[in-house]
Amino acid sequence: MRNLWLFISKYNAFFLLVIFFTISLILLINNNSYQRASVWNSSNQLVGTAYERVNEFSSYLVLGKTNDSLAAENARLRNLLKSSYYDDSVKQITVKDSVLKQQYTYTVARVINNSVHQKNNYLTINRGSKHGIKKGMGVIASSGVVGIVLNVSENFSTVRSLLHTETKISASVDGNIGSLVWGEGNYDSRFALLKDIQSHLTIKKGTRVITSEFSLFPPGTNIGYVTDSDTRDGNSALNIQVKLDIDFAKLQYVYVIINLLSEEQLNLEAQNKVE
Amino acid sequence: MGRAVIINSIRFILLIATQVFLFKNIGYYNLSIPYLYILFILLLPFGIPNTLLFVLAFFTGITVDVFYDTLGLNAIACTVMAFVRIVFISVTVQRDGFDNEPEPSLGIMGFRWFIFYAVILTFFHHLILFSFETFKFSELGFTLIRVVLSTFFTVFLILITEFAFFRKKIR
Repeated sequence: MRNLWLFISKYNAFFLLVIFFTISLILLINNNSYQRASVWNSSNQLVGTAYERVNEFSSYLVLGKTNDSLAAENARLRNLLKSSYYDDSVKQITVKDSVLKQQYTYTVARVINNSVHQKNNYLTINRGSKHGIKKGMGVIASSGVVGIVLNVSENFSTVRSLLHTETKISASVDGNIGSLVWGEGNYDSRFALLKDIQSHLTIKKGTRVITSEFSLFPPGTNIGYVTDSDTRDGNSALNIQVKLDIDFAKLQYVYVIINLLSEEQLNLEAQNKVE
Repeated sequence: MGRAVIINSIRFILLIATQVFLFKNIGYYNLSIPYLYILFILLLPFGIPNTLLFVLAFFTGITVDVFYDTLGLNAIACTVMAFVRIVFISVTVQRDGFDNEPEPSLGIMGFRWFIFYAVILTFFHHLILFSFETFKFSELGFTLIRVVLSTFFTVFLILITEFAFFRKKIR
């Protein structure tokens, strides 16, 4: 005990320092809002950081569960998206005219599947037999010909695009009728080939190419314009390169053409074969 | 003894008054702020007991704090300064062989010793003062600049005061 007192009195300056330092510090922290706030903040920060670290580690243990719940959440939200509902309403544009008889009606359809880079390209649209779509109907977009309906289900139809080796469309340029094909030598979705135009004709560049009277499209529907015309391989017909008006890669909405008189026409033509 | 008490009391009142009424309003922006009142603690007699030294230092700090509205801040700095003073004096000065109640003043101790003494004590006082005022480590560089510049200012004022009341005494 005596040694302790000796020790304390020998180093009394240090102990006095500790005592007065503590008193001052307590006064400082208790009476000054900034320092008090700092003390609480830093201690909170320390505790908070520790908790954060532990939490960071423990979150790995439940990673699988978290992943599952997120996936379930995603699926639930996806179900609520507008695009996951099938749009059943049909807009059909029909013009009533007492003088002219309506031949074509148009049904709006949305392109839900599309390809442009294949050798034979197809589209899928969200209209089917329920909406009066039948095999062989023409499909156009606002700026030109798209293709021909190939197969029809209840709610969907597939369309054989213009960008298909077997699609042939009767087209006219300056009143001369040829057939528009695609995929013979070129697989560029921007260009098609117009064949069967007599080689003695001169077709200027920039001339508009439209559908002819013989096609299943309304006559005069836009297709594109001429960019090049020459004779190849010594044929008697011109090879005319046509720049298509439609950008097939960006196709969103199309119109299916319903020809109200086609049945009558087909029936009549069928009689020719019988005889 | 009685004379020393009177002299120190007058010095205390004068230094505190100049500090809180004059030097509180003087400073180079927020960078260099003079704290001349610590001269009181510097000039306390050699023979003072440690306990009394701490009590006086603490009391001086608290008095300044009351005027500065920073209760405890100057007290903490003065307490640390008192400890530094004890250590410094015990290292550099032999206790015996003094006249009765000499002071560690410029006239008695000589210029070299005094300026060393003043700079060390002022530096520690300002270091504690400014770091506890800032109260965070993120502004350490700026705080150190403030400490150094303020130390220059305070030591400059201490020297001026000491030369103004210069009394040559033979040890």
